[in-house]
Amino acid sequence: METPTVHSNFKSEEYFINMGPQHPATHGVLRLVLTIDGEIIKKVEPDLGYIHRSIEKMCERDSYQQIVHLTDRMDYLSANINNEAVCLGVENALQLEIPERVKVIRTIIGELTRISSHCLWWGVMGMDVGAITTYFYGFRDREMLNDIFEETCGARLTMNYNVPGGLMFDIHPNFVKRVKKFVAHFKTKIPEYDRLLTGNVIFQKRTKGVGVLSKEDAISFGASGPVARGSGYSCDVRKYHPYSALDKVTFNECLETEGDTFARYCVRIRELWESLSIVEQLIDNIPQGEHRVKTNAVIKLPKGEFYQKVETARGELGMYIISTGTKSPYRLKFRSPGFSNLSLLNHIAVGGKIGDLVATMATLDLVIPDIDR
Amino acid sequence: MTNEALQELISSWIPDLEYTEEGSQFLNVHVPSERLHELMSQLKNNSETGFDYLFCLSGVDWGEALGVVYHLESTTHRHIIVVKVKTEDRENPILDTVSDIWKTAEFHEREVFDFFGIKFNNHPNLQRLFLTDEWEGFPLRKDYVDDINMIIK
Amino acid sequence: MNIVFGMTYILPWPLSIASEGTLSIVEMVVIALVYLGIFSVAGLFLVLMERRVAAWFQLRIGPNRVGFQGLLQTMADALKLVSKELTGTVKSDKFLYNLAPYFVIVTALMALAVIPFTKDFHAFDINIGIFFLIAVSSIGVIGVLLGGWSSNNKFALIGAMRSGVQTISYELSIGLSLLTMILITGTLQLSEIIEVQKNGWLIVQGHIPAIIAFMIYMIAGTAETNRAPFDMVEAESELGAGFHTEYSGMKFAYFFLAEFINMFIIAAIATTIFFGGWLSPFGITESIPWLGVFWFLLKTLVLVFLMMWFRWTFPRLRVDQLLTLEWKYLLPLNLMNIVLMALMVWGGLLIRF
Repeated sequence: METPTVHSNFKSEEYFINMGPQHPATHGVLRLVLTIDGEIIKKVEPDLGYIHRSIEKMCERDSYQQIVHLTDRMDYLSANINNEAVCLGVENALQLEIPERVKVIRTIIGELTRISSHCLWWGVMGMDVGAITTYFYGFRDREMLNDIFEETCGARLTMNYNVPGGLMFDIHPNFVKRVKKFVAHFKTKIPEYDRLLTGNVIFQKRTKGVGVLSKEDAISFGASGPVARGSGYSCDVRKYHPYSALDKVTFNECLETEGDTFARYCVRIRELWESLSIVEQLIDNIPQGEHRVKTNAVIKLPKGEFYQKVETARGELGMYIISTGTKSPYRLKFRSPGFSNLSLLNHIAVGGKIGDLVATMATLDLVIPDIDR
Repeated sequence: MTNEALQELISSWIPDLEYTEEGSQFLNVHVPSERLHELMSQLKNNSETGFDYLFCLSGVDWGEALGVVYHLESTTHRHIIVVKVKTEDRENPILDTVSDIWKTAEFHEREVFDFFGIKFNNHPNLQRLFLTDEWEGFPLRKDYVDDINMIIK
Repeated sequence: MNIVFGMTYILPWPLSIASEGTLSIVEMVVIALVYLGIFSVAGLFLVLMERRVAAWFQLRIGPNRVGFQGLLQTMADALKLVSKELTGTVKSDKFLYNLAPYFVIVTALMALAVIPFTKDFHAFDINIGIFFLIAVSSIGVIGVLLGGWSSNNKFALIGAMRSGVQTISYELSIGLSLLTMILITGTLQLSEIIEVQKNGWLIVQGHIPAIIAFMIYMIAGTAETNRAPFDMVEAESELGAGFHTEYSGMKFAYFFLAEFINMFIIAAIATTIFFGGWLSPFGITESIPWLGVFWFLLKTLVLVFLMMWFRWTFPRLRVDQLLTLEWKYLLPLNLMNIVLMALMVWGGLLIRF
């Protein structure tokens, strides 16, 4: 008979733990079923659907103007870019000629939305690794943007500023002045972000080498946006399939090669600079002209299939319309960036500690309505 | 690679497939369900096509048939192709999984299973993703009826 | 027991009518009540201070409506907590679950008893003062462990286990860094330690090793009180609220209050050992003994502010990094520091005025 060793007396057992649906680190009603051995994560299984509203089904009965409003409620942090995706898709299908003014304004507001989304992400990222103060710094700068949005279109978060054919209203007379003020202000604040969090030794220890995603896996998992670019996979839709006025501006695609949490963090911080530079290039030369072209009251898309990609703050948002020539799409599929990015969580979080999972999840920058649609 | 060249190349692997444009800029390939996996692994592994990025996987209810649409992109050549597959069997639709070729397909196929009821052979973990296990019916099918929650105009 | 406390002066009437035994019991009760008062007022004030400091770091204003500059805010919060329903999990171990908050708060109160506010305002001056402090302050972790264990909640359990690991590890650093200073004073009695510092505060007397010891003590002390960047026990973004997830109302308030009192105690020990306790700098107010309270509180609050500064600036460590820091860096450094200090004391290299 074998004598039991000391280790068999202290057998470690795996157990389940429910992270969410109400949990501070899941940023919404995401439920993760974790299998844990002590502190070490063995398996992460996302359980979705807590706020699934079946937007795709609702789209099948709505007109294209109404669909724009639904997309706000997907990735609410880059609401304007989502709106833009639908509008661009419809305009391309109708082959509408969009005025230059609209294109430029859309691009400016899109990049401002990206900055605002990244500001919030940065604050939450700090909070997830325990530095609560970052949250307020992020929100301070985001507040300026929200004020600009409010003045422009009356809404701060779910903007509904784009309509098929252009913009709902022209920009406010103060817009250019305020955006310039913001750009000048924010240029002094990004270095402050770096001083507070990026350079911190504890922060770097928490994030470097954690949640490593290789380039091959990033492609295979369909990652996009900063998550994929942190692994060195060049996938910026703004570069490869430029839309609106993005073909007129020069900007760099931010790439890092390490693929860890810190690399994804750095990509987003660098994207703040790039977005600022895009805004700076455009803000002084907004062309004069109409802010909207006339479309039919009931938009009917020609029969066929249309695909439109845009780069939201989280990655590639795709909109796939199958039209049969009626006022509503026959089938409309949103390819949301968060859904694909979530699918790789199990792959990169296994083997880490609970704290690592939280840090990793923060840099995936998940917005749950975007996943649940 | 242009759409014509792609079409020529794919025809050399599997002859008599149907090609359409569907009013979009992409090449659409219609493949019978039994040749799906073969074509997909060719598209991924062949160095000339190199479609390593599955960016969209959508289930579609075509009325008489259920189908899946795959949007593929190559990260080296930057060309895009759309692959479509259909199954006539609405009661027990079965297709081959592509989750062994692209890992992202695992989640997307679960979503399709959840909303269209299409089963995928060899899928590692085919469970409902959004809805509860006891949910009856598949909501994104065109014949789905729910008198309480759906507002029909 | 040596009770040096002036409160008995204000009670002259029992002297004539009561016996010696009754008198000492009355004295003890009065002292206990006074300390309870100090305890709660200090707790409430520290909570307010933390909130104002946090607000200052975070570009906010903080509570400033209830009372002058928000002085009554925490009082109002405490009232709210008292009136809240006490909830708990169904299958929790009710006895241990209810016991846990008392463990935490009683140990905090016990530790407060030996802190010397001034030469006279010192309830319990025993010859093993520091030893007693270290011993008592580590009992608090039992309460945390009990609370986490009996809550019947996995998040609470993880938090409690982290707390056990963390406190046991950092207890070593606290003990050793204080031991380094004991080499200079040669006594464990807190009043005598302060007497020694009339020739210069110990952090000046012991210069290099004393500064190292102080830094280690502050790091370990922050860890001991489970505050950021070592708040693994609560880690709200990982564990919800850690060991006190399932506590509500006044029971939660006990944990909360104890955390702040413990922070005060850690800062007070540092003041006593390193910064001369109630002694004024350069002896400027030596002729007015009661001003000692002022100096003592000033030094303590500066250190408390330092700990708040840590909390609102640093991200949290991971649990393995926390242990690495202690066992691989602080502990060896500490041991070397003791040897260094011993050599300095032996060689007479101390700075004494």
